[in-house]
Amino acid sequence: MDTISIHAPSVPSGSAKIRRRVKTRLPAAIALLPTALIVLVVYIGCMLWTVRLSFTSSTLLPKLDWVGFAQYSRLFANDRFLTSASNIVIFGALFISGCLIIGFLLAVFIDQNVRGEGLFRTIFLYPYSMSFVVTGVAWQWFLNPGLGLQKLVRDMGFESFTFDWLVNQRMAIYTIVIAGLWHGAGLTMAILLAGLRGVDKDLWKAAKVDGIPTWRVYTSVVLPLLRPMVVTAVVLLTTGVVKLYDLVVAMTLGGPGIATEVPAKFVMDHLFERNNIALGTAAATIMLITVVSVLAPWVYVRYVRPQGRHA
Amino acid sequence: MSLAVPQGRRPRHLTVGRIGIYALLVTAALFFMLPLWIMVVTSLKPMEEIRLGNILALPAAMTFEAWTKAWSSACTGLECNGISVGFWNSVRILIPSVILSIMAGAINGYALSFWRVKGANVMFGVLLLGAFIPYQVFLYPLVRMFSLSGIYNSLTCIVLVHVIFGLPTMTLLFRNYYAGLPIELFKAARIDGGGFWSIFFRVILPMSTPILVVATILQVTGIWNDFIFGLTFAGRENLPMTVQLNNIVNSTQGERAYNVDMAATMLAALVPLVVYFVSGRWFVRGIAAGAVKG
Repeated sequence: MDTISIHAPSVPSGSAKIRRRVKTRLPAAIALLPTALIVLVVYIGCMLWTVRLSFTSSTLLPKLDWVGFAQYSRLFANDRFLTSASNIVIFGALFISGCLIIGFLLAVFIDQNVRGEGLFRTIFLYPYSMSFVVTGVAWQWFLNPGLGLQKLVRDMGFESFTFDWLVNQRMAIYTIVIAGLWHGAGLTMAILLAGLRGVDKDLWKAAKVDGIPTWRVYTSVVLPLLRPMVVTAVVLLTTGVVKLYDLVVAMTLGGPGIATEVPAKFVMDHLFERNNIALGTAAATIMLITVVSVLAPWVYVRYVRPQGRHA
Repeated sequence: MSLAVPQGRRPRHLTVGRIGIYALLVTAALFFMLPLWIMVVTSLKPMEEIRLGNILALPAAMTFEAWTKAWSSACTGLECNGISVGFWNSVRILIPSVILSIMAGAINGYALSFWRVKGANVMFGVLLLGAFIPYQVFLYPLVRMFSLSGIYNSLTCIVLVHVIFGLPTMTLLFRNYYAGLPIELFKAARIDGGGFWSIFFRVILPMSTPILVVATILQVTGIWNDFIFGLTFAGRENLPMTVQLNNIVNSTQGERAYNVDMAATMLAALVPLVVYFVSGRWFVRGIAAGAVKG
């Protein structure tokens, strides 16, 4: 830095200015330091550590040997993991599309100038404030075939009525979807409703003049306008899908059998209960790769490229 | 975007279509209310009544016994001190976690949007990406690090974890809010000789009330509802309410006391429900802002 000032000794030198600027910015840099450390140690460091562990033969304690992709081939031959992976795909697809459809319908219906709008909105959204454990426990109680819904309908006279999804290997994952929809649909509704309220009023007048049916305006004109809201909702719901763990633990504990296992639970169980760190971290790495490959382009476009204050 | 003005076609009178709209909304409302209704009525029934079935019916002999039992003597594994233990643990976790994570977010957001620190945007980008990465990717190394430093399974540990994983959302929230404040304000304060901290405390923080409210709503519900961190980092002595609830419900031997289970569930849901009903529209605003809105 000092070399610059040799050329301009008389005027307030560039380097002095820089030094002053650095000095005033120093507290800001110090304030950001703890976060920078956390980013480095936790977000990057722990992530790399996990990836590294997935290439070892660690079981109860971490080892730093190298077994190549052995854990990954074990993983993809593991029934529990394959079930987990297919479950999360089923859950993700049904949960996200279900939330969007129900959320959009509810938002559109609420937007028809109905009475008691506030009440409806409150009722549709309150489940979102509750934890997944509460959600899981409540639905587990309602759907249990012994005393819940099935018994209720049978007692009403429909004696052959059967609704045993919760304890049925093939159907159990769909009970998780139902509970998930109950929890998340209201949020989608709230986000899309905010979007609907932002639609230009003149658009409705114009459509009326042209004699276009309301439903057609909603599907062909309004829905495309809501794209940013839909994206917001999808991102929120997707992070929910990836995190899916508490709901399953509270509702079915992965059962019956392994019917409702999900990747997050597979990782947790192998890390902390089954003492198979390498296999657990391999599964975590697969989760990481999946999420990053889906979300990285989006985060880049949305946040990193438009830098600065107007991002 | 104003939320208050109703839009869409203005109806003139009650038509078949209007009735259809209300029918659908009421049906949906019933579906959404159902679990809450069932939880409440079940928690107020004695077990003899529950065994008869009819899960929807109002209690014939209403009793608060299950609530007292859930609060003070339900068994969470080996101990039988009720969910009150979990409640107070959650409170002890919640208060420092909420305060510290909001403080961290406010300072970060302020530094990021007003002070050009080299590399700060890269750091922020990585932090944001971190928000989308499944926690399972970080958990094991974190556990190792905490046990090496001797704070694993303590209140400090769980609070620290909440602060660490609250960073992306909190930083984003405050950064975006501060980016909306006029830069002239900051420049004027700089000309008056304000430094980093004095501008923060005297100019920026007093203007932050709305975003502080949003952040508080977000963090209180988020941290209260957390399960996975509490389970992994809090240790036996500090297990939060969600974990205790799961233990009460899913680890009972013998016949399950559904009324106690549901009373415990209601108790665990109470704090976020109160926050939700009190905060109203701020709640949605918070979630949307914390997610992706810029």
